[in-house]
Amino acid sequence: MVELDSGRARPPGGGEWRSAARTRAGTARGGTGRARLRARASVVVLVSLVLAAVLVPMLSPAPGLVDYTSVRMPPEPGHPFGTDTSGRDLFVRSWAGLRISLLVAAVSTLVSTVLGSAVGAVAGSFGGWVDRLLMRVVDAINSVPHLLLGIVIVALYRGTVLAVVLSIGLTHWATVARVVRSEVLGLRNRPYIDAAISAGAGRWWVLRKHVLPAIVPQAVLSAVLLVPHAVFHETALSFLGLGLPPHLASIGNILGDGRAAVLLGAWWIVVFPALLLVATTLAVSGLAAGWRDRAVPTRRSELSL
Amino acid sequence: MRSEGRLGRRGEAVLWLVLRRLVMAVPVLLLVSFGVFLLAAASPFDPIHQYYGVQIFNASTADVARVRAELGLDQPVLLRFWDWLSGLVTGDLGVSRSMRQPVAEVLAERLPWTLLLAASGLGFAVVLSLVAGTLAAWRQGGWFDRTVTALGHALEGIPPFVLALLAIALFSLGLGWLPVAGLTDAGSRLGAGQVVEHLLLPAAVLGVSQAPWLVLHVRQSLLAALTEDHVTGARARGLRERVVVLRHALPTALLPFVAVLGARVPELVTGAVLVEAVFSWPGVASAVVTAAQAADYPLLAVLTLLATAAVLLGSLLADVAAVLLDPRVSADG
Repeated sequence: MVELDSGRARPPGGGEWRSAARTRAGTARGGTGRARLRARASVVVLVSLVLAAVLVPMLSPAPGLVDYTSVRMPPEPGHPFGTDTSGRDLFVRSWAGLRISLLVAAVSTLVSTVLGSAVGAVAGSFGGWVDRLLMRVVDAINSVPHLLLGIVIVALYRGTVLAVVLSIGLTHWATVARVVRSEVLGLRNRPYIDAAISAGAGRWWVLRKHVLPAIVPQAVLSAVLLVPHAVFHETALSFLGLGLPPHLASIGNILGDGRAAVLLGAWWIVVFPALLLVATTLAVSGLAAGWRDRAVPTRRSELSL
Repeated sequence: MRSEGRLGRRGEAVLWLVLRRLVMAVPVLLLVSFGVFLLAAASPFDPIHQYYGVQIFNASTADVARVRAELGLDQPVLLRFWDWLSGLVTGDLGVSRSMRQPVAEVLAERLPWTLLLAASGLGFAVVLSLVAGTLAAWRQGGWFDRTVTALGHALEGIPPFVLALLAIALFSLGLGWLPVAGLTDAGSRLGAGQVVEHLLLPAAVLGVSQAPWLVLHVRQSLLAALTEDHVTGARARGLRERVVVLRHALPTALLPFVAVLGARVPELVTGAVLVEAVFSWPGVASAVVTAAQAADYPLLAVLTLLATAAVLLGSLLADVAAVLLDPRVSADG
């Protein structure tokens, strides 16, 4: 990496500039109040999206039924989102798709976060060659475009939900690892850690009792920030026909079907599922941004969308 | 004389930076290719089935074993990795199973189209973000700024393939201005006019999908730059507003922009994969999808390495540009 003489011309990921601009220009215009409002609105939107994704497919009388007498119907009172190429009601299908996409994203994020936290904690607390080796692996993972590596994984373990979960989980942990590692490095020289070690505590004990509780907020924040990535990743894989099996109506699968339908003029097959996807992504990133401002005021995460 | 000497030192520093990065790139590339190789080795997918196709049911066990030995598939993973690696170094990239031609040929045919698309898309994104970001920061809080900021945040959440489908629906089917997909119209010959016509929409979609981060970044750095002492100084000297913003504040703001640009190669690759797939653009990125569908390991591995090299090159170019542009930066890392 290029180092700076003055240490200010090149912020990592543009982060410090943003905070500088916010303190100078943002707070003057009530920036924090607006950020809080945005975070609250995001929570409301996200909760309603999740509720609808759970309830709509559950309460609908006939979910996902093929009906060749009403193929590619534009939106109308009976079918608020229209119908798809097999005559399935897109309203129910889209919400069911959002449920599957969110579920896959949540599980993959969990995999990523656990893996990343473990690697980061071990690298940060052990140091030495363990740290160097693990960080080289992190560098390597970060220098492969995630979608491409994900495609390689699903291609070789094709056609299962597990493949998609692993494809996302195994490619997104590196950023979490880095965040957690730097947190651990910051902890290492704290007096209470020194005290524990001089009192005869073992490495694993310190890791479990002192380090883990301290890194949990960072890890959870990273996890929340990863969710939109995971949703995007799953959707993109499914859209390309490489992700979830076709019978699972994920947003990506619906959009993949919509690709041919758009050419026939059926824009609604793309627009409505895409709207749900975009609303979810924006709500999650709005929530994460608001939370980050409150929980970690001085540091801007490299994970920002 | 003095300035010449300084330039010479800078040049030397850049040379060392490039050399050091190249040396550092070797272990990363090795690690990536070994990782991909291990993934393939652990895969339940057996390449021998692909070699035979349906004929595997007619082949005798002895034949299958013989072919397996001929293809070197019966050897341990490390040995196969070594074979593949030494082939790579000597220029033998293997044979693509899904395209049924040498991987080198696939690259030669498809790489130029991807470079054309990526360069046009990135160029479009840079111009768009510089113009929009500068105008937005200039009149912070005005209607243009609010529109740009809101649009930028909204676009961040829209995946490139949705953007591509919407663009096709609007510009190709709705308005009929531009062709839907491909490189040329059916039956017409490959010519510059045809290619430009077919390039416009994918390049614009790729550019717009990359632009939000860049626009918001330019805006933020310019806002920060506008509060700096040398800008206040320029204002105090009574310079015109245009000179202050474009000649004093913007150059400061552009330095981090170059770094961000170099760091965005992974997203550019991701965008290219999706955009090429939607528009049936005959580049290497859409070959990734074809190769993945056929579990075409030799092609996938080379394309992954290529993308990794592109990412490393992007960050190297950004750092070189930073060293060349900013005298405060020292090249010691």
